[in-house]
Amino acid sequence: MIQTTQLSKKYGKAEVLHIASLEIPTGQSFGLVGNNGAGKTTYFNILLDLIRPTTGAIVNHDIQVNESEEWKSFTGSFIDESFLIGYLTPEEYFEFIGDLRGMNKADVKNFLSQFDEFFNGEIIGKKKYLRDLSKGNQKKAGIVAAMMGNPQVVILDEPFANLDPTTQIRLKTIIKELTENRKVTVLISSHDLTHVTEVCERIVVLDNGNVVKDIVTSAETLKELESYFAV
Amino acid sequence: MITNFLNLEWKQYFRSANWQKSVFLNIFLVLFGLYFAVCFLLIGIGGYFILKEQFPEQDPLVLANSFLLYAILGDLIFRYLMQKLPVMNIKPLLTLSIKKSKIVHFILIKSSFSFFNIMGLFFYIPFAVVLMVEGYEVSGVLGWLFTMIFLIQSANFLNFLINKNTIAFGTLIAILLGGYLVQYFEFFDLPGFIGTGFDFVYQNPTTVVVFAGFLAILYIVNYKQLRNEVYLDALISEKTKEVTASDLSFTEKLGDLAPFIKNDLRLMWRNKRTKSGIWMLALGLGYGLIFYTNPMYAEIDVLMVLVGIFSTGTFLINFGQFIPAWDSSYYKMLMSQNFKYERYLKSKFTIMSISVVLLFLLGIPYVYFGWEILAVHFAAMIYNIGVNTHVILYGGTFNRKKINLDEKAAFNFQGTGAVQWLIGFPLMFLPMGIFGLINWLVSFEIATITIAVLGFIGVALHKKLMASITKKYIKNKYVMIHAFNQEN
Repeated sequence: MIQTTQLSKKYGKAEVLHIASLEIPTGQSFGLVGNNGAGKTTYFNILLDLIRPTTGAIVNHDIQVNESEEWKSFTGSFIDESFLIGYLTPEEYFEFIGDLRGMNKADVKNFLSQFDEFFNGEIIGKKKYLRDLSKGNQKKAGIVAAMMGNPQVVILDEPFANLDPTTQIRLKTIIKELTENRKVTVLISSHDLTHVTEVCERIVVLDNGNVVKDIVTSAETLKELESYFAV
Repeated sequence: MITNFLNLEWKQYFRSANWQKSVFLNIFLVLFGLYFAVCFLLIGIGGYFILKEQFPEQDPLVLANSFLLYAILGDLIFRYLMQKLPVMNIKPLLTLSIKKSKIVHFILIKSSFSFFNIMGLFFYIPFAVVLMVEGYEVSGVLGWLFTMIFLIQSANFLNFLINKNTIAFGTLIAILLGGYLVQYFEFFDLPGFIGTGFDFVYQNPTTVVVFAGFLAILYIVNYKQLRNEVYLDALISEKTKEVTASDLSFTEKLGDLAPFIKNDLRLMWRNKRTKSGIWMLALGLGYGLIFYTNPMYAEIDVLMVLVGIFSTGTFLINFGQFIPAWDSSYYKMLMSQNFKYERYLKSKFTIMSISVVLLFLLGIPYVYFGWEILAVHFAAMIYNIGVNTHVILYGGTFNRKKINLDEKAAFNFQGTGAVQWLIGFPLMFLPMGIFGLINWLVSFEIATITIAVLGFIGVALHKKLMASITKKYIKNKYVMIHAFNQEN
């Protein structure tokens, strides 16, 4: 369960995020939608304690994220390429993250083997540094790293952008499998309404930092969102 | 068209965030350039008279000519290491309606006016003027001067042709060393032989045409080569090299610090900025040779502390001053990972301490200059581990500048702020002051022991110091994340 109360972030006088209350129950697949500057990444950054809220707080599984660091042990995330270490090969990167998450080499290898199809032979054993991979392949590596070490919460910012159609479909399957047994909470932000309605059971629309819609996904959701954004 | 290009260049220079942010740095660089210009100018003006005084029986011009081989080779080697044809920033121009030939000419001509080409003129022009004033034939001197200018320009274009070609570089070094050796052993005076060629130019100024022709040929070859390569998959592409991973399993012995230490080793080995910094180690280690071989400094004991701190601590200083900026490009990720900050800092501390011990061991041959030197170096090693590592880690909490690992180290001041300059004081001058004072008041032995004891105190307080440093890092976390997020 992730609870957000009276959360706001101001830069000078401009308020970029204001969420009075938002509860994300454990095991939910949660989608965050909004135009550029709506506050999606800001919300994720506060959730990951990368920036401080002006007021309020986020509590991730009973831990207030800006008070204790315990949430790190069960939270995996990928925001953008700056989450990758460019001078490592993907294998070394996975090993590094695995190390931090208490996995040994065999665990890492075992874990990665599930993603052979997702990687499509373009990540492992290529003898390339992460910085030399294409944007799409970098993203694949980052997304998989976010899922290492059995996290209870997975946070992905714009996971579908830059991915090829086949990989997008595979990623959707992976996310669905992740939330299948209702143990892992997945938070996704996206500009692609089709994808997000397909994977997420609940969608929250942000506009200028405010929650303007909170929808349980149904057959009509896509239409509803499209008409909302068509202005 | 040309004005458009120049306009772009101008904006590129003055609008780069680097320029706007660090005015002091730019002033420093300008002063640095001016310093060299003035030096060259003084040598250019005074060179004639110095040569005349030192070697009264020889013609200064002939003498200068006999050194030109070294000057030219040195110039080429320097360029090989430092100068690169700036091609990356023409990418946005390729799809516009500008003829490719025009772009290529522009790049090439622009390179003619680089720092490397201008500096030499500060020497050659005043030297030529002095020659004329001293009664040398004007036409001859002018022929000689233009030959020099053409040679500088030729070196400029030759460099782009041989760039990144290690064989060519090896040949240059071989000629330089070979020329020196055959001259030294009086086997054959190669530099003198080349020099007579330049004497000939002075006597027959029309031969300058040959050098102009040479320059023209080089320009055309450069143009042809470049014109064929202004494509995204050729020159302007970023080359990706295949990874050769080395086995770092020996670090496993360091327990839970291993992942970070492995990363740091890879960081150093795989990035341009850090890789060229490794050369600094050799320089730092050899630093003592400047002082210890010179009897003038032999009486000044304090210098041993300076050399001791510096030679065992070059890595500590070079690496330590940019903690945690080395990890700036993925700092956000680190901060959302599951580890204790103390572990991260401890790994940096361990790497620095190991380097200090290793550099001390490598510096043991200094004992040749006296056992006192080794004793002071040993004390300095302890001081480095006990005091300086903590000081530099503490200084790291003030780092607010991102480092781009893909850029070269020499003359790269990215990530440098006031902290990097200020931190030098406690690191080097504090132990020097303490040592100097006690050495003067009591004795050499006590002074040396004091330095070592200070180091041991630091080691004893290690846990406490690290805890408070860690606190400071955690306190500054958000500011650092924000700062490292800014592109320079």
